[in-house]
This record gives sequence, C-alpha cells and structure tokens, in this order.
Amino acid sequence: MLPECLNMDNIILEMRSITKTFPGVKALDNVSFKVREGEIHALVGENGAGKSTLMKVLSGVYPAGTYEGEIHYDGELRRFATIADSEELGIIIIHQELALVPLLSIAENIFLGNEIATNGVIHWPQTFARTQELLKKVGLTESPTTLITDIGVGKQQLVEIAKALSKKVRLLILDEPTASLNEKDSEALLKLLMEFRAQGMTSIIISHKLNEIKKVADKITILRDGGTVETLDCHREDISEDRIIKGMVGRDMEDRYPPREPKIGEKLLEVKNWNVFHQHHRDRQFLHDVNFNVRAGEVVGIAGLMGAGRTETAMSLFGKSWGHKISGEVYMRGKPVDVSTIPKAIDAGLAYVTEDRKHLGLVLMNNIKQNTTLSNLEAVSKNGIIDDHKETKVATDYRSKLRIRSHSIYQETVNLSGGNQQKVVLSKWLFTNPEVLILDEPTRGIDVGAKFEIYSIINQLAAEGKGILMISSEMPELLGTCDRIYVMNEGRIVAELSKEEASQESIMRAIMRSGEKH
Amino acid sequence: MVADTSAPTSKPSIGDYLRNNIREYGLLVALVVIMVFFQILTSGVLFRPVNITNLVLQNSFIVIMALGMLLIIVAGHIDLSVGSIVAFIGAISAIMLVKWGVPAIIVVPACLIVGGIMGAAQGYWVAYQKIPSFIVTLAGMLVFRGMTYVVLGGRPIGPFPKEFQVLSTGFVPDFLYFLNPAPEVIKNVVALVAVILLVALAVWSGFRSRRINEMHGTENEPFVFFAIQMAVIAVVALFIGFQLSTYRGLPNVLIVMGVLIALYSFVTTRSTVGRRIYAMGGNEKAAKLSGINTERLTFYTFANMGVLAALAGMIITARLNSATPKAGVGFELDVIAACFIGGASASGGVGKITGAVIGAFIMGVMNNGMSIMGIGIDYQQLIKGLVLLAAVFFDVYQKNKG
Repeated sequence: MLPECLNMDNIILEMRSITKTFPGVKALDNVSFKVREGEIHALVGENGAGKSTLMKVLSGVYPAGTYEGEIHYDGELRRFATIADSEELGIIIIHQELALVPLLSIAENIFLGNEIATNGVIHWPQTFARTQELLKKVGLTESPTTLITDIGVGKQQLVEIAKALSKKVRLLILDEPTASLNEKDSEALLKLLMEFRAQGMTSIIISHKLNEIKKVADKITILRDGGTVETLDCHREDISEDRIIKGMVGRDMEDRYPPREPKIGEKLLEVKNWNVFHQHHRDRQFLHDVNFNVRAGEVVGIAGLMGAGRTETAMSLFGKSWGHKISGEVYMRGKPVDVSTIPKAIDAGLAYVTEDRKHLGLVLMNNIKQNTTLSNLEAVSKNGIIDDHKETKVATDYRSKLRIRSHSIYQETVNLSGGNQQKVVLSKWLFTNPEVLILDEPTRGIDVGAKFEIYSIINQLAAEGKGILMISSEMPELLGTCDRIYVMNEGRIVAELSKEEASQESIMRAIMRSGEKH
Repeated sequence: MVADTSAPTSKPSIGDYLRNNIREYGLLVALVVIMVFFQILTSGVLFRPVNITNLVLQNSFIVIMALGMLLIIVAGHIDLSVGSIVAFIGAISAIMLVKWGVPAIIVVPACLIVGGIMGAAQGYWVAYQKIPSFIVTLAGMLVFRGMTYVVLGGRPIGPFPKEFQVLSTGFVPDFLYFLNPAPEVIKNVVALVAVILLVALAVWSGFRSRRINEMHGTENEPFVFFAIQMAVIAVVALFIGFQLSTYRGLPNVLIVMGVLIALYSFVTTRSTVGRRIYAMGGNEKAAKLSGINTERLTFYTFANMGVLAALAGMIITARLNSATPKAGVGFELDVIAACFIGGASASGGVGKITGAVIGAFIMGVMNNGMSIMGIGIDYQQLIKGLVLLAAVFFDVYQKNKG
C-alpha cells in the first residue's frame, strides 16, 4: 500500500527540541518531530501527552517566543506569531470541536473571514460556485446554502476540510477527526485523506483509534508525558496495536502516590441500568445500561477516553445536571434514593467535584469563605441569617485542614493557583458531609506537588469511610490510587478491573476492543 | 497571573488599601464633591432646608427602586419595566381610592401585592422559560404602560384623600417639642434627636464590628480611613438633620427609605438569600451545581422588584396628587443608572446597596442642582449620560489596571 508520491524524501516540517512550559507544568519537553511531504503522519499518545499542545505550537496558537525550540517548514525557520501566519503558508488545523457557526450556511462558513468580496460586498455567485467545487472535492452533494445545523457531524467535519482546502492547504492537521463520527462517516473521511495523499498533500492526524491509524498512516510518532518516545515507520515493519500501546503507556510508576491501607466496608452507592439521552441531540442515547457501585472506604476509578461518557454519567447522576430522559435506579446503603434535583442528591449523600472548576466549581469573584459554605449555607445560618462567626470558623478550619495557601479566607478564589482552587472546591463539598464523593479529573491542571496533596486528601477521606468515585484521564493516577477501576467507552461500561487486573495495557485493550465491537 | 501567596499575613499598606478600595471611597468623595460644587453654583440654595426636603421627596422613589434593581443586576439581569409598573400602580391606586372610595389602609397593601404579581409574572418568563430579562421586561414595559392607558382611559385621576397623601408629603410630628432648646431656629426637635441617635449608633456599631473583626483575626480597614469615613458621614448627617429640623422635620418618606436601605443592606450582606444571589450572578452554573435553586431565586428577585416599584408608584402618585398615564416614563433608566454609577457590574455578581443609594443621590443632586441653576432638561440629560459613562469607565479602568 505504498503510496505513489513524488517528493517522499522532501521533509516539509521539522520541529526541533520544542519545549513549552505552563505555570508549574512542563507540557512539552524537548520534542522533535519530522514530517515528510506527501505522507499521513499519525500523532498518538495518552490524554495530556502533549499532542494538542504540540500542534498549537505549530499553528501559532502559542506564538513564537512562548516556547523554546525551532520550527522548520519548507526548508526555512519559521516564527509564527498568529494562526493567520501559519495559515498563509498552508498549515491548517481542524480542531476536535468544530469551529463552524451553526446558523450560517455551508458557503458562508467556508469563506468566513476570507470572503470573496469587493469593498466589503460579498460576491455570492462566485462564492457559491467555489463552494460547490470544494464540496465536490470532499464528496459532499449538499447545496452551499444549507445551514450547518441541518447536516450531521460527519458532514460538518467534511465542510471543515472543504474550508481548509479553500485556503490552499499544504499541511492539514486533524485533531481527533473521527472521535464523534460513526463508522461509515469515519470510513469516508479516511478515504478522503488517502485521496489527498495521492494528490501530494501532507496530513498530520491525531487519533486514539489505533485501528484507523494502522489503516492510513505512513508514520506514527508516539508522545508520552510531553516527550517524543519514538517514530514508527509503517512501511518498514508491521506495527501491531499492542506495539503502539506499549509505546504510549510504557513509563515507570514512580513514587507519586501516597500509600494507603484500604479498609473496604459495605456498599454505599449503587447505580443500576442508568440510561441517558444526549443533552442537545435529544434522540441520541448517550449512556447505555451503566451499572456500578462504590463501597465505604473504597476508591473506585472510571477510566476512558475523552467523550466516553464519564463526566456525563456523574453529572446525570448528580441531580440530572446533564442529559435528558434519564432512567435507572440509584441506591444508597441498599435503599433507593431520589437524586432528581441537586439538593436531593446532596441530601442523599452525594457530592460532585467538577472537572471544570473555573466554570462550574467556583464563583471566582467570591472569596474562599463564601465558596466554602455555598453548598451548605443552612449549616452556618439561622432563620436565613448567616452567622458570621460560624462561617468564618468553618472556612478557617477547612483552610488549615486542606492546607489552602492564601493570605486569608477573604482572598478571592480567582487569585489562587489551580491546586488551591481545587482544595476550595473540595472544602465546599466536604462541608456538605457527603457519603460518596465523585471526583471528576481532580488533578487536572495542577502541579505535581499539589497532586500529591490531593491524593493524600482522597486517602484520608477513604480512611474516614467515605466512598470515592474518581474519574480521570490519567491512567497512572487511577492505577496509583484506585482499588477498582471501571472502564468506559462510547457510553458503556466495558470492563471492571480489580487492582490486580488493572494495568495501562489492560485498560487500553478494553477500550480498543470495545471500540471495534460497536 | 496566579498569586500563590504562601506568606500567611503580610499587612497591606495604606496605599494598597486605598488602591483596592478606591471605588467605595471614590463614590462617597464624588457625592460630597458634587454636593459642594452645586452648593456653590446655586449660591447656597442646594442645602437650604426646604430644598433638602425636596431632594429627599424627589429622589426617594428612585432610591427605593434602586434597592430592588441592585438585586436584579447582581443576579445578572435587568428590569426595564419599573417605570411602567409605577404608572400602572398609580392608576389602580387612584381608581380604588378616588372612584371606588376604598380606604388607603387597604389600597396600600393591595397595590404592593399587585406589584409583586407583576414582577413575578416577568420573573416566571426569565427564570423558568429562560427568556432574556431584557426582552421580557421590555415587553413588560410596553404591556404595563398600555394597561395604564386602558384603566385610566387616557385621563388623569385625582386628587387623593389626605390619609394617602401622608405617604409622601407627611412629616414625622414633633412629639418632643418640649425639649426644644431654641424654638426660634429649630422647628422640629424629633429630626435633630433622631439624627444624633443615628450617628451615635453608626459610630458605635462601626467600632463594635472593628472589635469583633480583631477578635477573629480579620483584617480591618486602616483606622485613618475608618475615622475619616465616620467623620464625613457624621458631619453630613448632622448637618442635614439640623437643616431638616429648622423646616418641617423628617419626611415620612425618609423614614420608609431609611428602613428599607437598612433592610436591604442587611439582606445583601448577612442573609443566605443575599449570598446566593451574589453567587448566582457571579457564576450561575457553579451556583446551580452547588445546590442552589437558581430559578426560584431569580423568580423572587423579580417579584421583589415589583413590590418595590409598586411602593415607589404609590409614593410618587401621592406626591403628584394625581395619577396620569405618563407617570414614571424613563424612571427605569434613572434607577439602572444609579446602580451602575454605584459600582454594580452589568455582568452580574458585583454591587452594593450603599453604592446604589449613593449613586441615586448623585443623580438626584445633579438633577436638583441643575434645575435650580435653570439648566434645561436637554443639557441635564446630556450631562447625566456623560457622568454615567465616566463612572463606569472608571470601574473598567480600575479593573483592567489591577
């Protein structure tokens, strides 16, 4: 299946020793990455391995000067200050979340910001003609005047590609292009990529679907923990999925997790036959017959890729905060409970610590004290009047117990570091005295030291007999902290692994196998 | 960006403190400056006892509505309908009092209930049907104005019985007349005594809260600022009290207004409801996920606004002694402007009752001062608009700088 390409030896892109640091986190560490003209180059790695960051460096989302290292494109050193700079040279990135305006037509979207116009007056006949041409190239027969909202996700993805083609693309970057597509649409998209390759276009594809990668990629570069592991040449050797997985996860488990002696008791939370339809696409079932339980003193993990339905499971459970047409049974200590509203879920003994603490967890303009008591103001008030002493004492206690670093409880939470913000969110939920805490990506965007502290808090809570349900995209974290791990994929629980059975390979395998089944 | 100040307590300097709180002091300073400015330009008319009384009477309804509007704005919404509610309540109170002869003691609570229903009706669409408040209350503004024309049949109704007029033109009787030290100057001892007691209370509670803060290790504002602030408030209050006492004493409206200001300050700073409104305006999704019934809270916020607008409607109708279809036109803008001048944020979550009240008085003093100077309504609007823009610009500038 060696493609017939002319300049196979011509290196179109070389990224040399790219290092990118965010406050407290090294997202990319000395990454080198080489792409030949006319090939399809797959970029794989776990969530947080640095794939998207690397592509953002390339496309100028992170401008030159905010990273170390060099980008050579087309034989020249390039320093992109904006996305427009990279687009001008034909580097086009299509993000996982499509950047289309739903209520504008296909033609309007394709030429958005790039209109065919004289003196600001759009030339519609020409626009439509060009659009038709582009749509033909990507295999769409829709009218250019069709609204984006009226076509499916698969076709939207193709419109994005048509948009890229309108900009004279030379290097097309696709971030998880098939993540939200069904099999047929994925197939069509991959075929299109191979056609483009035959015409000499270069693509970089980021994907978790290893079977698809195997099908189309000429080269595979594996990233792990912000560094390049290796680049595999698919034409030189036969590369198995297990081989790729090994490269993705093969790291040492360091002493990053505080030790714990689990004392597991009775079943606290049990969820049976949980079925949920999508929040927006209301006729699409998103979660299918999800069953799980959490025992006292137990830390239970939910592993899975982005979009597997983990957060949606947690939020639909927590007072129907997500989804629609929710059905299923919930038991606490064996008794059925009503969790249909958030106050009821809190009363039932549940707490949900969100993955998005800035938008869903904290009132950033309020201070630590106000955020700490927000979910349980009744406990510090009498007849609707807040007892300031009591509230101050509660906030002060949690501040010292969770070691929140701030100059006082009156500091606005917007000014705290990620780890300390997370501790404030934890304080808020601990103050509701829950039996089961659902922690959604509790260490996302937190530096290593703070992570250790969060793990210690989790251990402490489990030791107190609380049940912990932990959702995380970082597999080592789940392996390092959990007593039992559920694996989710495409809205289903596809495996339940005991501590002994669980490993990065077994989790990945469960995900991949189930992905091929459906 | 992220300030991870691990140092437990580094005492902020007075300069830092001033910089962080410039908005609040700035507002008070602005009010005093504007007062002095117009006092000079009007050659002393502004602070004459009769004019101070007028100032209170003319602005009371703006202040009262600003209390409710502040909650609405803090919750992240807006209410454009209050001017029309004022007109409609004026109309139905006139019909009940004048045409049907219902006693005022029944009319007043009935009108408050009707106002509450009008606010709640709008709150329903905003809270439960998720229609933007701007649109709902714009519709309400038109609908209620139309209803006013319908019930009045396009003609004004008046005059009102005495017991209703007392609401806005009455004064607290001088039941302490026997204490009068200088009857030739002071005409009403109650006003003077009340103001002295109030100032004493304010100073005492100020010191008390500082002491409590110290006990709990909470930061206090620097003593200099506390002292200056107290002194300014005391001097202004005593001066106004003295001036009022040489005329007819305390207007009833002033008492109503004072009680409401105190009540709403308390609600916003100390009650769970107040806390939740601020949290909701600051981050509605987070508030909802924290178990707050944001829909119900929004609903009640609008119902509350309706009640206050109804009260304001009755006060102004009683003052004008006639209900007209055009009453209250444009009031909503004065009320909203007062809140924004007072430091409320258009995106919700930020704002103080004291700010809104001072904002309302800044507008009021400007209206009054410019009227005395004979400046036309055209230029008055122009100047008020610029002051609003300047105040908000000052806010945004401060925020961006910090």
